[in-house]
Amino acid sequence: MLSLSGITKTFGGVAALRSVDFDVVPGEIHGLVGENGAGKSTLMKIIAGVHAAYEGEMRLDGRVVHFASPRDARAAGIGMVHQELSVVADLSVAENVHLGAQPVGRFGLIDWRGMRLGAAEHLAGLGIAVDPRARMGDLSLGLQQLVELSRELFSGARLIILDEPTSALAPPEIERLFGLLRQLCDAGKSIVFISHFLDDVLAVCDRVTVFRNGEAVATEACAAVDKRWLIERMIGAGHEGLEESYLADIPLHSPVDAPVVLAVAGLSRTGAFEDVSLSVRAGEVLGIYGFLGSGQLELARALFGVLPAERGEVRLDGRPVRLSSPPRARKAGMAFLPESRRLMLFGTEPVFKNVTVAMLRRVGLVWLRPAVERGIAGRHVDSLRVRPPDVGRALGTLSGGNQQKVALAKWLTHLPRVLVLSEPTRGMDVGAKDDVVKIVRGLRAQGIAIVVVSTEPETVLSLADRILVMKKGRVVRTFADEPVSKDRLLEAA
Amino acid sequence: MRGGVLDALRGQLRNVAPFATLIVLVAFFWAASGSFATWGNLENILTQISVTGIIAVGLTFVILCAEIDLSVASVANATGIVVAYFTLQDASVSIANVPLPGWAAVLIALAVCCALGAVNAFGLTRVGIPSFIMTLAMLQIGAGICALLVRGQIAYAVPAVVVTLGSGSLLGVPWIVIVLAVFLLAGHVVLTYTRFGRYVYMTGGNREAAAYSGVNVPAVLSAVMVISAVCSGVAGMLGVAYFGSAQQNEFDTYLLDSISAVVVGGTSLFGGQGGIGNTIIGLFVLGVLNNGLDHINIDSFLKILIRGLILLVALVINVYAQRMRVA
Repeated sequence: MLSLSGITKTFGGVAALRSVDFDVVPGEIHGLVGENGAGKSTLMKIIAGVHAAYEGEMRLDGRVVHFASPRDARAAGIGMVHQELSVVADLSVAENVHLGAQPVGRFGLIDWRGMRLGAAEHLAGLGIAVDPRARMGDLSLGLQQLVELSRELFSGARLIILDEPTSALAPPEIERLFGLLRQLCDAGKSIVFISHFLDDVLAVCDRVTVFRNGEAVATEACAAVDKRWLIERMIGAGHEGLEESYLADIPLHSPVDAPVVLAVAGLSRTGAFEDVSLSVRAGEVLGIYGFLGSGQLELARALFGVLPAERGEVRLDGRPVRLSSPPRARKAGMAFLPESRRLMLFGTEPVFKNVTVAMLRRVGLVWLRPAVERGIAGRHVDSLRVRPPDVGRALGTLSGGNQQKVALAKWLTHLPRVLVLSEPTRGMDVGAKDDVVKIVRGLRAQGIAIVVVSTEPETVLSLADRILVMKKGRVVRTFADEPVSKDRLLEAA
Repeated sequence: MRGGVLDALRGQLRNVAPFATLIVLVAFFWAASGSFATWGNLENILTQISVTGIIAVGLTFVILCAEIDLSVASVANATGIVVAYFTLQDASVSIANVPLPGWAAVLIALAVCCALGAVNAFGLTRVGIPSFIMTLAMLQIGAGICALLVRGQIAYAVPAVVVTLGSGSLLGVPWIVIVLAVFLLAGHVVLTYTRFGRYVYMTGGNREAAAYSGVNVPAVLSAVMVISAVCSGVAGMLGVAYFGSAQQNEFDTYLLDSISAVVVGGTSLFGGQGGIGNTIIGLFVLGVLNNGLDHINIDSFLKILIRGLILLVALVINVYAQRMRVA
């Protein structure tokens, strides 16, 4: 259906793709895996018409095509659902499905009834159970994603590119998504499935292509390969056992004699979390796990004053503190890394300004000292292995994993008392994940109290000394000084 | 290689386009009029842009934060009238004024513009009113203060220090131009070399990220609203001395002029990009245009349309420059 040959794309002299061949046949789910910066996104942006300038040839149904814009690609039947959804939260589901193509009745007025019925029929045909009148923003992220997917189909897409579709989904939602994808394939549509979750790729894809350093190094039928095989090709040989499956029990040990740094009692915020009590000792990593929407992400924001708690008490080193705004929380000794890099970084500013923005006061009360800032940023860039190691480069030109390291570096110069990390390894490749784990362990060794909240069991299991499980805003289970595994976590949640 | 140079130029469109515009305008008027390119006329231009320029310094801070201040001209007018209100007026002026020593009148006027800026800041950061609406209300409030104090009359006297700075000269250079230069320099230094300046750019570039990095975003926004009001206040006092009178609606054209200067210069309306350097170029583009059109034989009513078209072109470039940075 779609075939690309000899695709080469360079950004300012650096090759992002080197003579890549890639093809998708009708009715298949084609997985695309590779480390961050390996070229997956670049290739997909070429197919979706975002990058118009490239070398090589793209054929759709045998005819040579060249998309100058996403609109061209869309007209040719190619749709894309990004990791960060592009839905309009304040419009209804029906309006979102018809976005850009509302049915009009007489006098050019919008045919609301027809729109609602059309959307209802379309969604029902795909087995998506949702009221077309519901406000989009009130739906779970998983449902929003399905609605966006349905919109691409509704506007005639035959090939749909899904970028990290499962990263924010709970297992039942993933199952529902996979069911829909298989149904679409049976109907002759094709799917490109980009993901870091190799288990998901192996579970749903027919074929998989592995990218490494801008090249497509292998394409195989998924039935013929396993996770180990994929990892070996993604990172080259000799990196065995980097990503454990966490199916076996791993022991948890908390430092019992260290002083309690953060103590939270009865913390509540209506509609987010209810009566949460927890404590974290110096040099301890507390993991908080729950499916998306369980309240742990909001709890993390409450600890940094972004979404202040309405009731309850927070003590830092035994003293009560009010975390009513980010500057207050900051002053009290809290630090926070949100799950979205967009919330943390300045894309057009150079790396060093991104690193030092959280600690400028310590560099100079009034005057800036760029040389000192560059020095500080340079040390972090070296020790965190940020690539490329250039502190003057605009942050937006770095790959996702490297941006995440820069975001972490913000809090590393003058260490906080408590560091709250939300989804610290989401969307990162194996190598970068490993780097982040090492950084967090290093901070723990320095006596920082660390809270890691996540919707990925692996993230919590790889980092935490003690684990709380949240469900519908409440803490439902604590794992401490006992063995824990992925299935036990999932069972508790 | 050629592509590299072209790419670099495209990335700098925000800075290159206003500068090119300025050069084209200067070249055009130089060729079209014998009286344009003289030292005396340069002084004219500098003096003519001074009041706008002082207002534009404060406005640059606000626009860099991706906010807007529509009350600048009104605050300038009110501050100018307040300083005149507390100065002894000639017996022929029938305003119930309260004569105070010059320094006291200036201090009160500064306090008034600070307070008006603080009200803007409060509405924006505490109540959560968008700056566009908040400062629109302040525009009315400022006009109201003017109306109440002068009641349709015209005041002429202002304190001696204001007279000197507004209409005097130092070694042949008008004081008001020197004040403009000091404000531009101070604005540039604060934006480029201080921690606060960095916070202004960060707040404008990505407000959420600034907040999540522990930057006190409400404090930064409050500060820029007050800075804008104080710059307007100073411009208002000097403007009154420069015009030789204090009356209602005296500064009305300065709102559009000062916003135009900042935007024509290339500072992004979306925040985070640009600066005082851009504002200087913008001031000169407007100043040369206004002045030059007087030097060539042109329908004076057409001038207004031409200024509107130049502003439109600048806005188009502004938006395109933003798009290129994003792409």
